[in-house]
Amino acid sequence: MKKLKVILYFPPDKTDRPFSYYLVKDYDLVFNILQAEVQPGKRGRLTVELEGTEENIERALEFARQNGVEYRPFNKNIVRNQGECMDCGACIAICPSGALYMDPIDWKLYFDESKCLVCELCLRACPVKAIDVNMFV
Amino acid sequence: MGKTFQEINEKIRTGEVVVATAEEIIDIVKEEGIKEAARKVDVVTTATFGPMCSSGAFVNFGHSDPPIRMNKVWLNDVPAYGGIAAVDAYIGATELSESRGLEYGGAHVIEDLVAGKKVRLRAKSYGTDCYPRLDVDTFITLEDLNQAYLFNPRNVYQNYSAATNTSDQIIDTYMGTLLPRCGNVTYSTSGELSPLLNDPEFRTIGIGTRIFLAGTQGYIAWEGTQFVRNKVEIEDGVTMYSGGTLAVIGDLKDMNTRYLRAASFARYGTTMFVGIGIPIPVLDEEMMEYLAVTNRDIYTGVVDYSVPKRSKPTLRRVNYEELRSGSIELEGKKIPTAPLSSLNRAREIANVLKESIERGEFFLQEPVQMMPTKREFKPLKDVGVE
Ligand code: SF4
Ligand code: SF4
Repeated sequence: MKKLKVILYFPPDKTDRPFSYYLVKDYDLVFNILQAEVQPGKRGRLTVELEGTEENIERALEFARQNGVEYRPFNKNIVRNQGECMDCGACIAICPSGALYMDPIDWKLYFDESKCLVCELCLRACPVKAIDVNMFV
Repeated sequence: MGKTFQEINEKIRTGEVVVATAEEIIDIVKEEGIKEAARKVDVVTTATFGPMCSSGAFVNFGHSDPPIRMNKVWLNDVPAYGGIAAVDAYIGATELSESRGLEYGGAHVIEDLVAGKKVRLRAKSYGTDCYPRLDVDTFITLEDLNQAYLFNPRNVYQNYSAATNTSDQIIDTYMGTLLPRCGNVTYSTSGELSPLLNDPEFRTIGIGTRIFLAGTQGYIAWEGTQFVRNKVEIEDGVTMYSGGTLAVIGDLKDMNTRYLRAASFARYGTTMFVGIGIPIPVLDEEMMEYLAVTNRDIYTGVVDYSVPKRSKPTLRRVNYEELRSGSIELEGKKIPTAPLSSLNRAREIANVLKESIERGEFFLQEPVQMMPTKREFKPLKDVGVE
């Protein structure tokens, strides 16, 4: 099983719903929407995490292209510099997904990357710049 | 049965002293009771590590040849106050860089100095007969300075309001980023570990008290600015204390960036996280009663920071147990809470202090003068100049 984060760009006339349905059904993928920007009549943008066999992910992306859906791999991820972090908690105040959280026993900051939406709100919330966004992994 | 500072210091000298942190003492009292805990434990260590804006350092650069009377001073482009003497200056934590804006301020200069980095010193003068030089532009390090001491006019707030935002817009404050429509609540006190909540009547903490300050031994120099004694009895016999503050002093040359960190809050500016630990002697059982305080009995107000006024409305009163639980109830909704001061590092400081007392490296200093009992918190009389 492989995981891949991609951004899918939908032409204005396509909606994402039936499309994601095919991905799940025909290619046996777990389809996890991380961020959606879909407005009627406009080009839509969907950041998703696909989980499945490598072959199925490749075939699904080929299917997407044939249907006018463009994509590019989503390489950004959030990195925390543990040495810089003071475990203050200012970042958890705004993290919408719960990816950043504090353990109520040791009151240290933990980061669950699988929950991260890469919304980058924590970058501005951290007073010591201990959080950074990494463009290429 | 009571103990004196001298008796406790004697125990520190002989290594017999028993020290507990303000968190550990809660369990000890629960198990053994006030009386036995007061007999057994001699010192309780308290600590805090949070953003404290009212911080800064005095520095003396030494004289150049020919000498200059620096009347305008910049350190890494951050203006420092030079109106003191020829080569003395005060660098304040919240002063901002003239070239880097909100990202870099006096707090960062102080942290860079403590980290041993080179800092650019620029100074200007109008020139006098005895100080003819007009400007200087060079690099300095902490080691080069004759004196460099942290002098923070207002630190260690006794208690601080929690913050939320009832407006429809996100706001950036010194209490962090507050999400619209009460999307979050932030708070900034170490609660039951907090120094001035463990000696709320200032029985042992006063001018001259020796403290842990950012990695070294410092002192309480005076009452903090805006010092007041607020004491509100809450229905069930619980008292809400607030308003106490401390002015602290210590040698920057011995400090450690682990406990002194420059910070920049988005769209607000710079501030300094300062680590402070205060040892409290268990003089008697009454003192132990104060030291046994728990988060359940420490209250603060939840204040609406979207109101741009001096007195902001308090939405409700809440205790630290609820704040620490991760969410509080506000107008029927569950609102997530987040701390701004690091409890983890405050604990570390309480333990470091505990160990240095146990090792006989840190002795208690009895205050040379107690804190004032009466002070008024006066607003600015902004009457204009007409
Ligand atoms: S990028 Fe967004 S979701 Fe990810 S950790 Fe930061 S605030 Fe949370
Ligand atoms: S805001 Fe920054 S320093 Fe504070 S806990 Fe989060 S990552 Fe660490």
